[in-house]
Amino acid sequence: MKLKKGIPVIDQGDKLGFWGGKFGGNFVPETLKKPIEDLEIQFNKLKNDKNFVNVRDKYFKNWIGTPTRFIKLNNLTKHVGGAQIWSKVVSDANGGAHKIYNATVHCLLAKRSGKKVIIGDTGAGYAGKMLSMAAKKFGLKCKIFMGAKDIKRQQPNVKAMKKNGADVIPVYSGSQTLVDAVSECMRYWVANCDTTAMCVGSTVGPAIFVRICGWSTSQISRELKIQLINEFGEIPKKLKLYNCVGGGSSSFGFWNEFMDYDKKQVEFIGVEAGGPAKSKRHAAPLTYGSKIGILHGAAQYVNQDSDGQIEETESISAGLDYPGISPLHCFLKDTKRARYTAASDEEALKAYQIVTKYENLRPSLEPSHAFSVAIKEAKKLSKNTIVVINSCGDAYKDRGILEKKLGKKYVKSN
Amino acid sequence: MLNPISLAFKKAKNEKRPALLTYTVAGDSSKKQSLEILKAISNYADILEVGVPHNTPVADGGQIQTSAYRSIKNGIKMNDIFKIVSDFKKSKNSKPVIFMGYYNMIFQYGENNFLKNCKKSGVNGLIVVDLPWPENKIFSKKCKKNSINFIQLLSPTTSNKRLKSISKDSHDMIYYISMLSTTGGKLKVSPKKILSNYNKIKKISPKKNCVIGFGITEKTISNFKNTDGLVVGSQICKEITRSLSNRQNPVINVSKMVSKLRKKIS
Repeated sequence: MKLKKGIPVIDQGDKLGFWGGKFGGNFVPETLKKPIEDLEIQFNKLKNDKNFVNVRDKYFKNWIGTPTRFIKLNNLTKHVGGAQIWSKVVSDANGGAHKIYNATVHCLLAKRSGKKVIIGDTGAGYAGKMLSMAAKKFGLKCKIFMGAKDIKRQQPNVKAMKKNGADVIPVYSGSQTLVDAVSECMRYWVANCDTTAMCVGSTVGPAIFVRICGWSTSQISRELKIQLINEFGEIPKKLKLYNCVGGGSSSFGFWNEFMDYDKKQVEFIGVEAGGPAKSKRHAAPLTYGSKIGILHGAAQYVNQDSDGQIEETESISAGLDYPGISPLHCFLKDTKRARYTAASDEEALKAYQIVTKYENLRPSLEPSHAFSVAIKEAKKLSKNTIVVINSCGDAYKDRGILEKKLGKKYVKSN
Repeated sequence: MLNPISLAFKKAKNEKRPALLTYTVAGDSSKKQSLEILKAISNYADILEVGVPHNTPVADGGQIQTSAYRSIKNGIKMNDIFKIVSDFKKSKNSKPVIFMGYYNMIFQYGENNFLKNCKKSGVNGLIVVDLPWPENKIFSKKCKKNSINFIQLLSPTTSNKRLKSISKDSHDMIYYISMLSTTGGKLKVSPKKILSNYNKIKKISPKKNCVIGFGITEKTISNFKNTDGLVVGSQICKEITRSLSNRQNPVINVSKMVSKLRKKIS
């Protein structure tokens, strides 16, 4: 298995949509073949259409607000004592997380194809919140599928979705989290694909959704590349990009533009959710060697039993609480372009405390996982190593959990 | 010699009626009971679809999901499902059996191993919901080699060009999904429209037995008397759920329902 240079990773799949011959594909019911093919034709055409790209960029700039900041975390760097620690503050984006890029692109595509309704899944509630924002902006009706457990633990985002006029549909099946929300959303699309567009909230699902999402979030690395050159005059000789990985949309977008660099120069580190320290129900299929299976239309490493039933996961962060992982990351793992590891719930919480103690930055529980590993590793790295963490979400949505775990006082003072 | 599935269609045709296909989930609500249900309904049904429960089904509605979760919760494993089929096949009224499920279960079992066990236990056909054409080309050939019918699905969104290619690659039986819906949805398209699509398929491949599924219930089934076969699934699963919550015997209730269904198309 080999990564090709000079060709965007999203376009490195084969005719049937498999990366490396075995990840991804289209394991979908017959009914969805046609709408998926329509979307493929539309996307393949528009991504090379200057006009469309200009429209996208206009919304990214004026509505989402690009570029998001690239800042040095001076106090944290001093505290850790090792590599220089920087952060790409993607949570600056309108709505507070990277999910806005994919949501905006899907709404633009839906508008062009004359669809009136757009549906989407959500875990932490960001994908749903952003889709509801974009749908409102573009005059589309919006339905969001969300696990009942996630609705309880991510109330601020639920409120935001409702305020934007979206229907939030609770999903009670299975573990009542993201995995079930995606299933239910796909089922709804099966029944309504003639009138309705579907947005998959991450780089998961049938191949076309993986590609559209990766194409959209790559805005993050396009900005970072320019910001790095502005700051250092070149791409640093030792650059390490840390990102949390749930479905894998923010990390893929954070890395995409650096794909062709040697990994000795630009290393990618993906941090999965290890779950509670003593739990075996992690959400880290890459770190803990899960087998390849099929989930939500795509072949990927996924937590499952020997029969192929998908296993429930457990993580403090709803956005990472997913048993599978993007086919793109499976591909990056097996080609050894990226390195994957996991942080536990406790480690993420501790990292959140450290970051908020030293910096005026409040990463949500998802990027706190990445901060945890970055802080640990930065200690051992030289001063001329540039460590960048994608702070892809804001902790506002986690207030309830943080209050419960760390106490009211702590949350208030930060 | 005709394979058992084609033979079942032929028998029904001789009686001038569509074949009746039922769908129940293996292990719902227990291994023993699901076997009893199969035995009881095979007095009236011609072909039995046995659902292989999966916990992330992308095409099943509430009724079948409920049945599948019930079965998985009771600890059903793939080997139990093969055992249910082989036990059923030993009974005197046994009928052809078609597995219906999702590809990951086959993939984890290993395609070859899975087919070997299908043959051993007496499974006659396979419907793999999320392995569409052309992705299923290699696997469907393997099935044919093992004398197992790979049943291709067609839907209202299938283009004419696709329809022709899929029919060409299909075995003796084709499954037409009546409408855009998950299983168990209300029939939202007129029977006339469904039949016109059905006739279009029959025109392209007159020799294949084409069944219609999704939205077929006691209420709607008599609209489709002039077809090769009809599948009823969600209504049966719902009847099991209803029986359980009323503390009645699902075997008796489901058997009654299938007998009624049969009368409506005879």
